[in-house]
Amino acid sequence: MIPEFPVRVSQALGNERVRRNIRRTMDGLVLKRHKAFPDEHELAVLRRRGKLIRGHALAHLPDLLEELERNCQRNGIQVHWAETAAEGNALVRDILRRHGADLVIKGKSMVSEEMGLNHYLEAQGIRAVETDLGEFILQLGDERPSHIIAPAIHKDRVEIAQRFAAHFPEYPYTEDIEGLTAIARRIMREHFGRAIAGLSGVNFAVAETGTLCLVENEGNGRLCTTAPQVHIAVCGIEKVIARLDQLPPLLTLLTRSATGQPITTYVNMISGPRREGELDGPREVHLVLLDNGRSRIHGDPQLSSTLRCIRCGACMNHCPVYSRLGGHAYGTVYPGPIGGVLEPQLQGLDRLGELADASSLCGACGEVCPVRIPLPALLRRLRAEGVRGRQGSRVVGQGSRRKPLHRLIWTLWRWVNAYPSLYRGLTGLGTRLRWLMPKHLGPWTRTRSAPALAPRSLHELARSEGFRGE
Amino acid sequence: MEKPLSVYFFGTCLIDMVLPQAGLAAMRLLRREGIEVIYPQGQTCCGQPAYNSGYDAEARTVARCQLDAFSRDIPVVVPSASCAGMMKVQYPKLFAGTPDQERAEALARRVVELTDFLARVLDWRPVDRGAPLKVVLHQSCSARREMGVADAAKDLLARLAHLETVEPDHAHECCGFGGTFAVKQPEISAAMAADKADAILATGAQVLVSQDAGCLLNLGGTLERRCPDAAAQPSPRPAVKHIAELLWERTHDS
Amino acid sequence: MSDPRAAILSRLRARHPAARPLPENPVRRFDWSPQERLSRFREALAAVRGEVVLVDEDWPLRLFAWLRARGANNLRYAPATELGQELEQAWPDGEAIRLMPHREPVETCRQELFANTDAGLTGCLGAIAETGSLVLWPSVQEPRLLSLVPPLHAVVLDARNIRSTFHEFLVAEDWVGQGLPTNALLITGPSKSADIEQTLAYGVHGPKELLVLVRQDLGLAGGA
Ligand code: SF4
Repeated sequence: MIPEFPVRVSQALGNERVRRNIRRTMDGLVLKRHKAFPDEHELAVLRRRGKLIRGHALAHLPDLLEELERNCQRNGIQVHWAETAAEGNALVRDILRRHGADLVIKGKSMVSEEMGLNHYLEAQGIRAVETDLGEFILQLGDERPSHIIAPAIHKDRVEIAQRFAAHFPEYPYTEDIEGLTAIARRIMREHFGRAIAGLSGVNFAVAETGTLCLVENEGNGRLCTTAPQVHIAVCGIEKVIARLDQLPPLLTLLTRSATGQPITTYVNMISGPRREGELDGPREVHLVLLDNGRSRIHGDPQLSSTLRCIRCGACMNHCPVYSRLGGHAYGTVYPGPIGGVLEPQLQGLDRLGELADASSLCGACGEVCPVRIPLPALLRRLRAEGVRGRQGSRVVGQGSRRKPLHRLIWTLWRWVNAYPSLYRGLTGLGTRLRWLMPKHLGPWTRTRSAPALAPRSLHELARSEGFRGE
Repeated sequence: MEKPLSVYFFGTCLIDMVLPQAGLAAMRLLRREGIEVIYPQGQTCCGQPAYNSGYDAEARTVARCQLDAFSRDIPVVVPSASCAGMMKVQYPKLFAGTPDQERAEALARRVVELTDFLARVLDWRPVDRGAPLKVVLHQSCSARREMGVADAAKDLLARLAHLETVEPDHAHECCGFGGTFAVKQPEISAAMAADKADAILATGAQVLVSQDAGCLLNLGGTLERRCPDAAAQPSPRPAVKHIAELLWERTHDS
Repeated sequence: MSDPRAAILSRLRARHPAARPLPENPVRRFDWSPQERLSRFREALAAVRGEVVLVDEDWPLRLFAWLRARGANNLRYAPATELGQELEQAWPDGEAIRLMPHREPVETCRQELFANTDAGLTGCLGAIAETGSLVLWPSVQEPRLLSLVPPLHAVVLDARNIRSTFHEFLVAEDWVGQGLPTNALLITGPSKSADIEQTLAYGVHGPKELLVLVRQDLGLAGGA
């Protein structure tokens, strides 16, 4: 049982070590992104283009999905559709069973996290091995990623060294990063050498050519998609783009926003299984297209902008809340601002509406998002729908966050502020009776001294200084 | 925007009740520049607290009050980027599709944040009468992002000859106020405020200024708790002032 | 319920947003001279620890020296390619560094490839100056794993095939029209990870070192 959000927040804020690790990484990523976009004009042009390309794809989503399917099939890729995570999991299991695979090697895939695929497969007797270094470290401790592109940032090298020592006593203890990496390489090589099946996510699926594009730095993604007999790609239905020539602007936005890299080490464009005469590559490639709530989001003219997301992580890197809590406190697969927008839509406001409150609406996320998702506006919209339903909206759990006390407070507030004479009377009275003002104002004064009401309000001062009152 | 003959002044509810001296200082500054300053007594709150909490209907009712109070076609000067942003950027959305849409859009066009008004519209060039002083400037998120007026506050301070102005480490980061956020997520807010307060203390500045009273309340209160002894060494606690107060103090003949 | 595909598509079509024109996407490219393209390519690749050397016909000798310095005992290559032929003809010492023609499907040489191969050689379609990327286009003759599994990877690049941007590359070469291979690739430097404390470590899964042998020709002779 995961504790409630406020408890998780307390725990996260109380963990100095994790906070230090996360803060250090976020500061680094923010700086790298900043350096990667030296030209503000170019950035503005690119973000606009990114938004339009993704927006176009979403506006034509059903047609593009069909085009993608056609072209994938023409390339020999088998296409499957799943409405829910459970359907997606079952599809993957069936493919693996057909090949008699009891082991599947995995490249990094947030969609597979969303599906809870690893635990599902394990229960079915199939071992899923994460091969991305960060994910590999986490899997050893049965932990979830705390960041969508840098999953193990909450861990420092000492913790990782200790974890390796506990799991792989045959290797000498080291806290050296190159040394730790070398251990991981050796262990995983064994898996790569023998696994029948590999699984990956997809960064962009190109409808025009039936191509699955994956970006990565390590090479594990290439190994998972090349070395085994069968490659399964799991992909949210929103990941499709219309044209191949739209890849370059999106790629540069993605990698520069994410890690400040002009490009990742590998850009892997897969357009089919092994062809006649080729010496390697999987014999079968499967594409699993997962809906899992996306088509519902797609139907909302405002909220559908959520689906433009290219999962760069910049919004969390720049988020003052995320950079203090880290991803685990959110309790969801997608943390940070995009998590606060996406997760309540996927899982319902009744379950996760509070994530939309975990933002000061400072606007940093919206400012950096490479596809210009108006994240603060969406957070606010979800707050509004949490307390009161909205006509035509299909967000699940509307109105579920309404609390009688809050209702009362806001009704009183409206009352006072909608009648200027009442407002003046009360503020005047308040300032005169300020000695009655409590020194403790709930949560505010736990860490701050209480604000003091002024002896005379500005309304009064303005009058007495002769400013016209109209 | 040309220099107008008259302007409205929207004091904001926070300044009205807690920092009226800042509002008064701003109005005096404007009046001294030969502008008639009208302070409608019918004004209350911009509505942002309810709006950001998702109580749109309540926010709309209160916002409508401001549409009534500031109905003439003259600029509305607001000594808060946050409230200015609410009126300029959010009102048109809040009233979209309602009978008040046009009025809201008209008001939005007339709203100007105070430092932006002074620096850009008036191109105000003050004479600094104060003693040398080190000031740390905290820019609110609304000033930086929603309103895009962060340069104005910086410019104004730079025009005061005897000021040394610095910004704290992680200057771009939110102080944790966020209106009702500070009450709804007190622990996260406190963690943000604590970091900001420490960064401010580390500058060694004598005065902390901002264009937003909300940030000042949050930071002032946090600084007081973190540093109860105002004269603590090596980094004494800075005095906390709205930028309008500082500008007025240093430029009027006493 | 039984057909997820139909259900998803019909949900997506139920509230279909208005059609939009394909957004403008002018080809992003730079008018750099061949020299400039080469020097930018070198710089960008060097920034991610890729090594670039300029070579002529003698490139197998340069490769030999590079491998020697790294203690490699063998080199796997694609024998049916032109490069493979040139390599065989000019290889100085097959005792010191054994040439391993890669002819078998991965199923039968998996162990050899993963455990006993020190270096791999491939060609490439060209390169991208802006980002220092190599464009690989694996084929029947030159399989995908050659550029991935061995710890050292060497690539021969003809300088005239360097273009300014990826966008220019795929449009100028009409990738859509000619059809993509099973696995088109951009490679920019050796394999790396920053997953531990955001500190770069090289050779996580793929090659630890990448060498690009640039053959100059035509207008570039003697330049750069
Ligand atoms: S919402 Fe924007 S910034 Fe956040 S991960 Fe998605 S694309 Fe990146």
